[in-house]
Amino acid sequence: MIQTIAFYLFATLVIASGALTIVARNPVHSVLWLILAFFNAAGLMVLVGAEFIAMLLVIVYVGAVAVLFLFVVMMLDIDFSELRAGFGRYLPFGVLLVIVLAVEIIFAVGAWNAGGIGLGAATSPTPEGMSNIQALGTLLYTRYLYIFEAAGLVLLVAMIGAIVLTHRTRSGVRAQNISRQNQRRPQDAVRNVSDQPSGKGVTL
Amino acid sequence: MSTLSSIALTAPELLLSVGAIALLLWCAWGGDTATRAISIASVALLTAAAFLLLGPAGQGGPGFGGLYQADAFAAFAKLLIYIACAVGIIIAPRFFADGGSMRAEYPVLILLSAVGMGMMVSAGDLLTLYVGLELQSLAAYVLASFMRRDTRSAEAGLKYFVLGALASGILLYGISLVYGFTGTTDFGGIAAVFGTPAEEPVRLGRLFGLVFVFAGLAFKISAVPFHMWTPDVYEGAPTPVTALFATAQKVAAMALLLRVAIEAMGPATEEWRQIVIFCALASTILGGVAAIGQSNIKRLLAYSSINNVGFALFGLVPGTALGVSAVLTYMAVYVAMTLGAFLVVLQMRNARGAPVETIASLSGLSRTRPALAAAMAMFMFSLAGIPPLFGFWPKFLVFDAVVDIGLWPLAMIGIATSVIGAYYYLRIIKTMYFDEPAEAFAPGGSRVEGGLIAVAAVVVSPLGYLMIGPLGLLALNAAKALF
Repeated sequence: MIQTIAFYLFATLVIASGALTIVARNPVHSVLWLILAFFNAAGLMVLVGAEFIAMLLVIVYVGAVAVLFLFVVMMLDIDFSELRAGFGRYLPFGVLLVIVLAVEIIFAVGAWNAGGIGLGAATSPTPEGMSNIQALGTLLYTRYLYIFEAAGLVLLVAMIGAIVLTHRTRSGVRAQNISRQNQRRPQDAVRNVSDQPSGKGVTL
Repeated sequence: MSTLSSIALTAPELLLSVGAIALLLWCAWGGDTATRAISIASVALLTAAAFLLLGPAGQGGPGFGGLYQADAFAAFAKLLIYIACAVGIIIAPRFFADGGSMRAEYPVLILLSAVGMGMMVSAGDLLTLYVGLELQSLAAYVLASFMRRDTRSAEAGLKYFVLGALASGILLYGISLVYGFTGTTDFGGIAAVFGTPAEEPVRLGRLFGLVFVFAGLAFKISAVPFHMWTPDVYEGAPTPVTALFATAQKVAAMALLLRVAIEAMGPATEEWRQIVIFCALASTILGGVAAIGQSNIKRLLAYSSINNVGFALFGLVPGTALGVSAVLTYMAVYVAMTLGAFLVVLQMRNARGAPVETIASLSGLSRTRPALAAAMAMFMFSLAGIPPLFGFWPKFLVFDAVVDIGLWPLAMIGIATSVIGAYYYLRIIKTMYFDEPAEAFAPGGSRVEGGLIAVAAVVVSPLGYLMIGPLGLLALNAAKALF
């Protein structure tokens, strides 16, 4: 019973926030709606029993991708009236894409109802009495430890590469010096100017 | 097999990655002033890793449930890779000194790239293959654009990155097909499935996977028709990095191709043989013909590497232990010849000390720098495979393996194509010995570089034939590990 209610709640909200992502006029609102959609999709994943994917959705999509989107959108200087000018021209193409996607979804649901793909069952069924996070973790840290660590090295190389290729020491940058900030005392920074006549500027 | 004993098998990779991370911290705190010390430490790490190959890492068998193969084949390839990487680090400081772009991260990136190459050659699973390949490639993209103020270097890096990503995509698509149609990513498992007959659609699916995997790997060894990136990247990348690409990376990718072809797809030899024959012929012919018009020595050496990869591929055609050992011998001698040639290219500097790369600047080198000219002439003769020099021997072995399975016509065409290659190698020798002297090069580099050139020259000289015994034995042992 509770699952049913939760499912309809999440599903409705996913669809509603998905739709609002598209129709919202302000791109910042769009991204916020998108974050809501991700959250609800994560909820759906939990209901299915794929907790790990749910967590990934929240951590990766909400935590990183969506926030990045938000930054980008906020930095864009968008002329909103111009943005909507071509709407009529692109409408047929958009509708076509919508139809294609809808047909795909219907096919996918049909296939799922007919018994699913069943790849997981054929080659690697989830072990009994284990949640799928545990099952994935067990595999990653035992059997695939070697590749898991190597994937970490790949990310390290990507990081080194980004720094090596873009970092340069610039002159005239006012970098924050935390120890200097902490050493600064109130008497160095504050001066009492109570005897200052009103209407005249303060000389610092 | 417990995890601990598996970790013991990966000792060289473990040492190199932990060492690279420690050196990275040293870079972060020490800054570029520590570059020299970090370079020396990196070479020491590579040497230590090479010595670790004598232990269980050399013949310990499979580890991590078959993900990792510590056999004689991997040890042979890793030895070549570590030598080439060490040379790549040693020759760098003087080259980068002019532009002031030698950074402490250079040796660290090479170490991480060496880890990736080590993973590639000891891959026992498609997953290891891919992660190793990406680790190696990602470091290579950064190294190619290491001189970021130089537009050619940046262009080389970008081009390499885009095309490399495309090739990775093709390879990954092939891997997904192979996994889909065989149900496993383990090389042994794939071989078992490929060995069993199947219905037509399944067979076709496997064949598609095989073709895509081979296409992706052919890009990595830069065999024609997947060679387009090679001349541009080799020309634009800093010369020490190019030397690394032409040697260590080639050895790693070639060893990976051998392993996939024999260990995973051995039962499908009939299917991949035509691909390998086509790539071998196309590489030797196009690598020879396209090199003729080049005026830049680095571009010429890029075509030379395409040409040589073609010859090495002939050894894979039979799919026998004899053929694989011929390929391994070929790669060993090729590393010596190519490193030597690139070391000579590094000596090409005009009076102001700036590097020059035109073939015309080599004119009359025999009169201004006779020793250097003699060394270059030996490398060129050897790359052309002219008999008294050691470069002839692996070519002979490769075609011997082809003849051994009765493919006489292929061997004859292959030998005929080597004549095309000989033309442009001889042209360089003619430029050095018979043309009017051009502006003399700046006085020679460090004694270390001179010594390395001398070592490479001795290896490719007729004295190299003394090594036939041990080298042949090592290569045959390594090849047998695959069967």
